[in-house]
Amino acid sequence: MVAIPVGELRVSARTTPGQDWLADLLACVPEASSSLMAARQQRARQALAGESLPSRRQEAWRFTDAAALAAIPAHPLTAPDDLASAAALPPAQAAVLRLVLDGRTDPLAGVSLPEGLERLDAGALEPLLGQALSDNGSEASWPVLLNGAVASQVLALRVSQAVSTVLELLCDTAEATGVLGLRLLLVLEPGAKLELLEVHRARGASCTSVVLEAQLGRGARLRHGLLGQGPAQQAGDDGEIGSAQAAPVLLHHLVAVQEAGSELELISAVSGWGLVRLEPQVVQRSGAAFTRLRGLQRVDGRQVADTHSRVLFAGPDGRLDQVHKALADGAGRSVFNGAVIVPRQAQRTDASQLSRSLLLSDRARIDTKPELEIVADDVRCAHGATVSRLQQDELFYLQSRGIAAGQAQRLLLRGFCEEVLADLPAAASVWQPLANLMGESPAP
Amino acid sequence: MIRSDAPVLLEIRDLRASVEDQPILKGVSLTIRAGEIHAVMGRNGSGKSTLSKVLAGHPAYRVTGGSVLYRGEDLLALQPEQRARIGLFLGFQYPIEIPGVSNLEFLRVATNARRQEQGSEELDTFAFEDLVRERLQVVQMDPAFLDRSVNEGFSGGEKKRNEILQMALLEPLVAILDETDSGLDIDALRIVAGGVNQLASADNATLLITHYQRLLDVITPDYVHVMAAGRILRTGGKELALELEESGYDWVDAEIERLESTSAQRITAEVG
Ligand SMILES: Nc1ncnc2c1ncn2[C@@H]1O[C@H](COP(=O)(O)OP(=O)(O)OP(=O)(O)O)[C@@H](O)[C@H]1O
Ligand SMILES: [Mg+2]
Repeated sequence: MVAIPVGELRVSARTTPGQDWLADLLACVPEASSSLMAARQQRARQALAGESLPSRRQEAWRFTDAAALAAIPAHPLTAPDDLASAAALPPAQAAVLRLVLDGRTDPLAGVSLPEGLERLDAGALEPLLGQALSDNGSEASWPVLLNGAVASQVLALRVSQAVSTVLELLCDTAEATGVLGLRLLLVLEPGAKLELLEVHRARGASCTSVVLEAQLGRGARLRHGLLGQGPAQQAGDDGEIGSAQAAPVLLHHLVAVQEAGSELELISAVSGWGLVRLEPQVVQRSGAAFTRLRGLQRVDGRQVADTHSRVLFAGPDGRLDQVHKALADGAGRSVFNGAVIVPRQAQRTDASQLSRSLLLSDRARIDTKPELEIVADDVRCAHGATVSRLQQDELFYLQSRGIAAGQAQRLLLRGFCEEVLADLPAAASVWQPLANLMGESPAP
Repeated sequence: MIRSDAPVLLEIRDLRASVEDQPILKGVSLTIRAGEIHAVMGRNGSGKSTLSKVLAGHPAYRVTGGSVLYRGEDLLALQPEQRARIGLFLGFQYPIEIPGVSNLEFLRVATNARRQEQGSEELDTFAFEDLVRERLQVVQMDPAFLDRSVNEGFSGGEKKRNEILQMALLEPLVAILDETDSGLDIDALRIVAGGVNQLASADNATLLITHYQRLLDVITPDYVHVMAAGRILRTGGKELALELEESGYDWVDAEIERLESTSAQRITAEVG
C-alpha cells in the first residue's frame, strides 16, 4: 500500500484540479468591452463559480473524459496579432465570403456583405441573443457556460433572402495556446436561404469553444458544413498523441430553432483533436420542419471524439433524417449519443437515425447510444446502430481484382467517409476534407 | 478448343480445403490448358464456389492438402491480389457491394494493378475512360453504372454484367465464372454469354460454374465436370451436360456412397 502524506490529501479534498483550472481561467479573462456581452459574461462566471470540469459521473459526460481540457493552459488564447493572417490558408473560392474569427478583432471590419446578409445591431441583438439556447433549455449546460464566460464578442447576422454567396467562417488558432470563446448568431428570416461553411483548425494546446445559435423562420433553409481539422496524425504515431504536448480541444454547441416549413442540413466532419465534443441540438418549434444531420468523426492515438445530438419535435409532422458515422483507430474513443424527443403533440413525426461505426483497432473504443423518447403514438421512428470491423468479404473482393490489402483497406475507409463528405457544401473542397480525415495531408 | 499441345494454364492436384475445420473440398483434380472452356456443374452445396474461392485465395478457407500450379507457379503461395495481377479472375456468384467507392475508380485501380504486372503503362483517368467505354460494349452496359458505388443497389443481373466488365478490363488468362448466368434475363444471358465468347481466345481459358444447359447452349464447353461432395465425380464432353439435364443428379448418391465406402475400406485396411 502507498502512504499518502496527510497534507496532500487535505489539499486535494478541498479543490479538484478541474476546479483550479476553471478558477484560474475565470480569474484572468478580461471583461468584454460591450455592455451586452459583459453582462452575460458576469452571469456565466457566477454560474461557474465553484464548478469543476465536467465529470464522468454526469450522465452527459459518462463516456467522455474531459481531462484533456485540464491540460490546456488556463488563460485566454494568447496568439500573435496576425493570427488572422491568411497567408498559409487556401484562398477562398469565388462566390465564397470568408470571415476570419479570432475572438478579438471584428470579423466584419472592412467587409462588404452580399445582398441579403447584414449585421444585427445591438438593439436587435439584445432580445435575440440566447433565445435559441433558452428555447432548447441548454443555457446552463457546462459548455455553454464556459463559452459565456470567455466569449467577449458576438458575430450576429441576419439573412433576409436567398444568399448566393457561401458564408465561410474560419477559425484557425494555429500554434496558439489557451482558451478561445466564439459566439455566433444567425437569424434566417422566413424564406431566407444560406449555405454556411464553418471551419475550425488548431495545432497548439488550445481550446476553441463555440456556441452557435441559428433561428430558421418559416420556409427558411440553412445548409451548414462543419469541419473540425485538428493536427494531422503522423503515421505510426499510435497512442502517443497528446503526451508530449496537449492536443487541441474543440467544444461546439449548436442550437437551431426551426419554424414550420424550414429545412436544416448539418454535415460535420471532425478528426485530429485531443478532445472534440459536438452538441448539435435542434428544436422544431411547431414541428413540420425537416432536419437532416450527417456526422463523421475519426479518432486515432488517444483522441476522444464525442457527438451528443438532440432533436426535439415540439409540434406534429416533423421529419428527421440522421446518419452518424465514426472511425476509431489506435487507442481512440468515439462516443455518439443521439437523442430524439417526440412528445405527445408531435404526432406523425417521421424520424430516422442511423449510427455506423468502424472499429479499426483492438484498443479503440466506441460507445454509441440512440436515445429515443417517444410519447406520441402515431409516429415513425426508425433507428439502428452498428459497430463493425472492415468486412473480410469487401476486402477480398477488392484484393481479388489485384488491389493490395493496404490499398483495399484505404479504399474502403475512404468510401465509408465519402458517404458523408459528399454532402458537404462544394466550397469545402479547398479544405481537402477527405485527405484530412484520412490523415493523408500535412498538418493544417 | 482442345489442343493437346497447348500450354497448361492451371493444374489442380488432389486439392483439399476446410472452412472452420470442416472439410469441404476432398481431393479435386483438374487440368486446364490454354484455349479450353470447362464447365463445372453439381448440386447446391457440392463445393463449386468453395473451389473457386480457394483458387482466388479467400482467407476463410484453409488448404489442407494438394497443390495448384498456375503456369507452373505455386498459386497457393500467392496473395489474392497477386493471383489477380498475374491473370486469374473470379467472377463472383454474389458480387459484393462497396458503398462510397466509385465503380469507375475501382475499375481503374484494378486495371492499372494488372497492367503494371504486365509491364504496360498505367492509364490516367482520361485514357482509362476511353478504354472503359470501349469495354462497356462487350456487356452492353449503361455508362451511368460507372458513376455509382461498386455494385451498390445494382440488380442481380447488373452485378453480373459488372463482373464481366471487370473481366473485359483485366483480360485474365484463367477466368472462373461462378454462376454468372444466374439472375440474368433471357436477353442479358445472351449478351453476357456473347461477351464471354468474345473474350475467349486460344491463349486463355474459362471455367464456367453453372446449373443450366441454357448457358452452355451459347458457350460450348470442351469439358463438363460434375462435382459432388467436394470432388469431381465425373468428367465428359458437352453431351454430359445434356445428359444431366435429362437425368438429374440421382446417380450421384450411389456413386458417392460407393466412393466413401471404398475409402473407408481402404482406411480400415491400412489400419488393420
Ligand atoms: N465460409 C463458409 N462457412 C461455412 N460453411 C461454408 C462456407 N463456405 C462454404 N461452406 C459450406 O460448404 C459447402 C459447399 O458450399 P459452396 O458454396 O462451395 O457450394 P456450391 O457448390 O457453390 O453451391 P451452390 O450451387 O448453391 O452455389 C456448403 O455446405 C456450404 O454451406
Ligand atoms: Mg456456389
